[in-house]
Amino acid sequence: MTIRRDPLDPNERELVREGAPSPAGPRRAYMPELPDGADLTQEVVRFDGGSRVPGQHGATDLTKDPAGVPDPAQVEVPAALRAEIEDFMSRYPDSRSAAIPALAAAQRVHGWCSPQAVEQVACVMRLTPAYLTAVVGFYDMLEGTEVGRQTVYVCTNISCSLRGADDLLASLKGEIGDHPDVNIRGFECLGACDIAPMCSVNGTYVGPIDADEVPELARQIISAQDPLPGKQLVRRRVADVAANSDDVARASLDSGTLDPVSLDGGRSA
Amino acid sequence: MTNHLLFQDIDEPGLSTIEVYKRRGGYLMAEQALAMARDSIISSLKDSGLRGRGGAGFPTGLKASFIPQGKMDKFLVCNADESEPGTFKDRELMQKNPHSLIEGMIIAAYAVGANKAFIFIRGEYVQQAEILEKAIEEAKAAGYLGPDVMGRGVELDMWVHRGAGAYICGEETGLLDALEGRRGNPRLKPPFPANQGLYQGPTLINNVETLTAITYILKVGAEAYAAMGVEKSSGTKLISVSGNVKRPGNYEIEMGMTGRDIIYGLAGGIEDDREVLLWFPGGSSSPVLTKDDLDLPYDYDSLAGAKTMLGSGAIIVAHDGNSVVDIAVKTASFYKHESCGKCTPCREGTSWTTKMLKRIQSGEATPMDLDVISSVCEQIMGNCLCVLGDAMAMPVASMVTKFRPHFEAHIEQARAANEARLLAELDAPGNVLQGIAAD
Ligand SMILES: Cc1cc2nc3c(=O)[nH]c(=O)nc-3n(C[C@H](O)[C@H](O)[C@H](O)COP(=O)(O)O)c2cc1C
Ligand code: SF4
Ligand code: FES
Repeated sequence: MTIRRDPLDPNERELVREGAPSPAGPRRAYMPELPDGADLTQEVVRFDGGSRVPGQHGATDLTKDPAGVPDPAQVEVPAALRAEIEDFMSRYPDSRSAAIPALAAAQRVHGWCSPQAVEQVACVMRLTPAYLTAVVGFYDMLEGTEVGRQTVYVCTNISCSLRGADDLLASLKGEIGDHPDVNIRGFECLGACDIAPMCSVNGTYVGPIDADEVPELARQIISAQDPLPGKQLVRRRVADVAANSDDVARASLDSGTLDPVSLDGGRSA
Repeated sequence: MTNHLLFQDIDEPGLSTIEVYKRRGGYLMAEQALAMARDSIISSLKDSGLRGRGGAGFPTGLKASFIPQGKMDKFLVCNADESEPGTFKDRELMQKNPHSLIEGMIIAAYAVGANKAFIFIRGEYVQQAEILEKAIEEAKAAGYLGPDVMGRGVELDMWVHRGAGAYICGEETGLLDALEGRRGNPRLKPPFPANQGLYQGPTLINNVETLTAITYILKVGAEAYAAMGVEKSSGTKLISVSGNVKRPGNYEIEMGMTGRDIIYGLAGGIEDDREVLLWFPGGSSSPVLTKDDLDLPYDYDSLAGAKTMLGSGAIIVAHDGNSVVDIAVKTASFYKHESCGKCTPCREGTSWTTKMLKRIQSGEATPMDLDVISSVCEQIMGNCLCVLGDAMAMPVASMVTKFRPHFEAHIEQARAANEARLLAELDAPGNVLQGIAAD
């Protein structure tokens, strides 16, 4: 067994004890969640870039000057993206207000808030990339690392977990596997606890999801199809009394005709 | 008692279109309001007894009266962030009845003299944001919004602003920072947003349900609204019932109905006909109640009397098949994740409470940890910039106090299970530690 103090220091003396039993392992209770494949024999667990704190992706290069507001002559911004951001900026007394919608728009184009995406937004909005990167870091829906384009949020908050959300997340993850196009993650309460356990597929809410529907849902996510059309939130019309029962076809108060929502699968909502 | 006011037309097909909404009497109240004096709208809001439905329960008419008079840029912001776990009432309103929110906002904006209005909606509500945007387009085309609202010389511009996933942006000053394009860190109060809010201008911030209720208060009259419900908690409240109930969903009730009538009546009782272990009366930030509290009337003051709160009106019910330890871990982890990190008691307190609770969950704790948790929670309360810290401390402390025997039993059980597992590993053939252990 090998014990190394600092895995990054090539001069660090290696301590080798032949045949010794593996130690009980570090005290887990005090440790952040371990990355996959972490070497538990290390005395100090290291994450990306040698950091002791997880999530420090892409360490800063301190030898460089911080980037300023990009020069419009040097940065190419897709015309549609530029128009969208400028439209957002025109809505507010202070154009900086458009930061979140603009980053979200760039993320739709690039798949994530990549350095290039951030630079394009910075160029149109006349802000520094550092400022925008800080904004990206604050919000859960803005991705600071490269992820798949199919975004799946599985709610694992209290109400959903009381109805089996943790199993749903595990089985959906298992079913989808390591797919490069899919960004699946547990999420905080999505505001749809009435259809728990549920998930949001690219913004479409579906639920309650039964265990036997998971393989079908996984297939639809991977192939970018409409997820479980019969279980989408917009189909649910009943707000009260018969809550959670979808099968009450309601007549209009005005015309007495049947609810069109139930006839076209909720598309008109 | 149920009473359909905000939900009176909610299941009308196509209500989200201006055509159907107007057929059901839509925008008549806005027309009427714009012919009224501003003061008289605010005083009828005061008379109605309407209190903020976003969580804090502050009297709406009073808040509107704090907005300074005079000609200047004033803002109206609708808080549609709805991220309090267990809450989904605003979603239903925005999705099915968006025009009544817009109408309420026209009335509120006119009453305080705001000429620019924003609906800050959480980024996850993609479909609801699209519905709202479409509804605003329709209202603009029909002349209810724009430079000259209904030809009355009043300007009102309205936009939907989408967030990007952060609970703290529901806190009114965090929301303002997010709306200004920054990280959503709450601001020190005072100054309150009514004086210095968005872009330093006077800003009225209200919840979706509060603003929608304004439309209906004008419809039925302030006195009739005040007569509903109970004293100091007048009117109807939308409640979101979820968790282990047979019929989770949104219900509209007159305040003062008992918890039992809501959970066993409206929501159909507990799944598998089990017993209630605990319930959150007002979202996950409210201190929990047990099955002994089911007969409490559901209104602001009765719940405050029971040392909890009505909050956002989200009732989460857990049955006795669940472990209170797991629920406590879920609760604390949520606040740990959502803490903005600006103040130490909240940032560190939520993080350490979560670690301690996880230690309890995995059987690496002693009963003393429960005392440490209680003391950490005590030190968070009242010592933070916003109430997110308190929002974790209150429910967690209430669980640890009310369910201490459950926690202690779990600690002992999990510890014994760990010990048995380790001993079994030691006994396994070939374990080199065997000789040492024998010494
Ligand atoms: C951490 C935190 C989260 C909040 N989240 C929300 C929310 O999601 N929606 C909301 O309407 N109010 C929320 N509030 C309450 C707002 O700060 C504010 O009181 C409310 O929007 C005022 O509107 P009202 O008077 O109509 O209730 C939150 C408060 C805190 C401290
Ligand atoms: S209490 Fe928590 S969420 Fe609120 S400002 Fe302080 S650190 Fe941020
Ligand atoms: S807890 Fe899952 S949507 Fe609210």
